[in-house]
Amino acid sequence: MSISTSLFRSSEIQLTAIDHDKDPAIEAVWTTDPGFARMVSTEPMKPISADQVKKKYEKIEKRFEEEKDLYYFQVRLNRDNRLIGFGLIENISWTNRTADLILGIGAAGDRRSGYGTKILEMLVQFSFQELNLRKLSATIPSYNPAAIALIQKAGFVQEACRREALQKDGTYWDELIFGLEKGR
Amino acid sequence: MLSNNLLKGDRVELVALEPERDSKLWAEWRQNSEFTRLLDDAPATLYSRKANKEWMEKHLEDFLEFEFMIRPLDQTEPIGFVGLEGNIRFHQDAFIGIGLGNPANWGKGYGTESMNLILRYAFLELNLHRVSLNVFGYNERAIRSYQKNGFVIEGKAINAIERDSKFWDVYYMGILKREWLKSYQEISWKTQ
Repeated sequence: MSISTSLFRSSEIQLTAIDHDKDPAIEAVWTTDPGFARMVSTEPMKPISADQVKKKYEKIEKRFEEEKDLYYFQVRLNRDNRLIGFGLIENISWTNRTADLILGIGAAGDRRSGYGTKILEMLVQFSFQELNLRKLSATIPSYNPAAIALIQKAGFVQEACRREALQKDGTYWDELIFGLEKGR
Repeated sequence: MLSNNLLKGDRVELVALEPERDSKLWAEWRQNSEFTRLLDDAPATLYSRKANKEWMEKHLEDFLEFEFMIRPLDQTEPIGFVGLEGNIRFHQDAFIGIGLGNPANWGKGYGTESMNLILRYAFLELNLHRVSLNVFGYNERAIRSYQKNGFVIEGKAINAIERDSKFWDVYYMGILKREWLKSYQEISWKTQ
């Protein structure tokens, strides 16, 4: 890696800024899919309109402006610039040099295509090489085995299991905390 | 019959926040950096009485937060705070925050009894399924005391905190309602 190595572009995908005109309608559709909505958040699933997505984007940018404790990226395919997902570095503690990672692939057809692995790789690289963080964490529900496989493949190790911390579909699930230290 | 003594133990009582009075206490407590560093992984810092008061008033508006001051039965002023926040609504889980301001009050059992009271409140009044907390690796006294309250260590975020040029783990601890109910039968000061 050198200064000229792109932080935002890899072989297939790019980390990009929000497009306030085009992205809201696309993400609004994602919020109607349990395979997306229930995996990226433990909050109850609730489809939102393009207008509400727009407000969410504005909130994210305002938060960045005021607190500088998160970095949010829209992920697009290099070949046609199509929006396929997002990546988020949040809860940054600048004194401890730690943060939490979240990512999501919007459409079912784009999952299981290796994009998640790529996004995670880029988020980790950006966190360690540009933000100078030294430890990253990811919180994943036990009902999301795809995310668990993804995070473990990237070298994260399970550090805690919050037993029965989540309730979905009438049953209890554990909330797992994974961690990755720079240089390990 | 329901308990008419839900928030009262043998030695302490959980009482309402009063920003006018408590902002002064918080400002004093925070002056002791050890207190702040045991409480929070953000840099220890000082807040004016005014800032403390505004922060408390904001807290009071949020009905999802259950925050109390700890007052010994034989004293007029609170000596600490205890509160619950988190996934209370959707997942019946909450994180506990607890602290005793003046080190002279540490190691006397006030914390243990306050913890027992807030657990009873969490499980018997808020109907939570579990209660969680995070504690820092350098706070060994607290870890031991939480274990006495029935919490188990559910893992550690390795080296998640840097302080005094050393790295420390953040412990995840939790207690499930069914675990708590078992030990609750044995607590002598249960609801009168």
